[in-house]
Amino acid sequence: MKKEVFNKTITYFFLIAGGLIIIFPFFWMVSTSLKTIQEVHRMPPLIFPVSFVWKNYPAVIEMIPFSRYFINSVIVMVVTTGSTVITSILSAFAFSRLKFWGRDVVFSMFLATLMVPGEVLLIPNFVTISRLGWINSYQALIVPWLIGVFAVFLLRQYFLSIPEELYYAAKIDGCRDFKYLWYIMVPLAKPALVSITLLKAIFNWNGFLWPLIVTNSPEMRTLPVGLAVLTSEAGSRYHLMMAATTMAIIPMVILYFVLQKHIIEGISRTGIKG
Amino acid sequence: MEQKATLLSTIRGYLYILPALIILMVFHVYPILKSLDMSFYTSFNFIHNVVYARGLDNFYYIFNDSEFWLALRNTFIFVFGVVPISISISLVIAVMLNSISAFSKLFRSIYFTPFVTSTVAIAMVWRWIYHSRYGVLNNILTYVGFSPVAWVTDPDWAMVSLIILSIWQSLGYNIIIFLAGLQNINKQHYYAAQIDGASSLRRFFHITIPMLSPTIFFVSIMSVISAFKVFEEVYALFDKRPGPLYSCYTIVYYIYDKFANKYQYGIASAAVFVLLIIIMSLTLLQLYIGKRKVYYT
Repeated sequence: MKKEVFNKTITYFFLIAGGLIIIFPFFWMVSTSLKTIQEVHRMPPLIFPVSFVWKNYPAVIEMIPFSRYFINSVIVMVVTTGSTVITSILSAFAFSRLKFWGRDVVFSMFLATLMVPGEVLLIPNFVTISRLGWINSYQALIVPWLIGVFAVFLLRQYFLSIPEELYYAAKIDGCRDFKYLWYIMVPLAKPALVSITLLKAIFNWNGFLWPLIVTNSPEMRTLPVGLAVLTSEAGSRYHLMMAATTMAIIPMVILYFVLQKHIIEGISRTGIKG
Repeated sequence: MEQKATLLSTIRGYLYILPALIILMVFHVYPILKSLDMSFYTSFNFIHNVVYARGLDNFYYIFNDSEFWLALRNTFIFVFGVVPISISISLVIAVMLNSISAFSKLFRSIYFTPFVTSTVAIAMVWRWIYHSRYGVLNNILTYVGFSPVAWVTDPDWAMVSLIILSIWQSLGYNIIIFLAGLQNINKQHYYAAQIDGASSLRRFFHITIPMLSPTIFFVSIMSVISAFKVFEEVYALFDKRPGPLYSCYTIVYYIYDKFANKYQYGIASAAVFVLLIIIMSLTLLQLYIGKRKVYYT
């Protein structure tokens, strides 16, 4: 019995130590964002700011087009996520319930694209977007990401687990496909839909390489791209830089802590990674 | 009740998938083929989309380019620096989380937080932690009696800094997958072993590790793949540079550099081709070996 208590203590000790290491950068970011420049350069560093300097936040919002970056990120995230959900519902339904020629071939093609790393798409898509004259526009940021192949795959699996008898019963009662999909399948697939929505939103919000390449004017930058170029404006004023990163990170962290069950389940069920 | 596909049902089926299919073809399928094709373009006007000449010159170029070999070398160092450590730590944490009941969910949530965080933003936070003069890490090191290190400006330490950041970031995902795997192990094995008097260490090495081997294999492949694609961390940690003296110049950085800074699309595409070969081999390895290595109870 004594040994068990000892083991438990050791386990909790390591878990807490590890947890603190994970949390520390977040804590340090927020703490720095509330310091004055003198406190930032204080040695040894102050763990907490002497008095909370909230005005670092308005200062950085004014220094860089922060609100513009933020709004761009929100617009791109909302449109791509919404569209992904709708197009995935429609295609997953077709792939799981409807019978049509070439269905399995087309579905395999969807799956095959999952195996290819996103970096492969970069250069040809950039060429396509430039030829369409879309560089520096919302179309460039949004259109290629209007669908989520992974979402289609996940949702199809989910739809397949719903008994097919339900579909035929509804058909006999004269229910049209679309009505059946909307009133029966979609409500039943709610957990999968929530996971898809959240994962897409997170990946899109944090996406970096594509927006970096297709935008070159400040008005079209998304938050991560805006942050990456921040150093040219903020220089070594780390308190301002940390205020900006806090504002970029906190919305997703809050969303995550509120809805973490769905996010973690989505990951552990599918193994999706970025 | 089994229905057959008819012309009408086919039209209807395609109407349902049409929106997704169009985007998929234009922005996900066509670019894969185009990318392979572009790696052979030796003379190309991309504004008018005219190809004047094709050939193997891009591949000759990258394989004779010392920068490309440097990028490959750095990427391999990064992969071998991150993956084994990250997997070992996450496996131990997952086993610990699996063994406790109180606060297990809370810990899991905390460890997973870096996954939902913008890599660029958090890499900037790490740059501040690593700051050679005012950074908190060096201040702790000096406090406990070590000499401070120029984490992000010393070419010998830059890769170490990058690896630490990436391990910190990758733990959460691995832990979640390991936990899912651990929950599938039949508890009976542990009860039996305990009755036979096997120590917890022996239970770990003789039950947990073998039973979890398919998951460990899956996580390893996923980690290697994502480590091969490292870019954002480098870009943000070293402030738009590939580390001091190109010490963190990786394959994707090479691609980005050739494409976005030097406009050498053909050469960048050839490097993409090499990356694709590496990643596809790993994916296929996962698909074929992963299936065979499953332990049945």
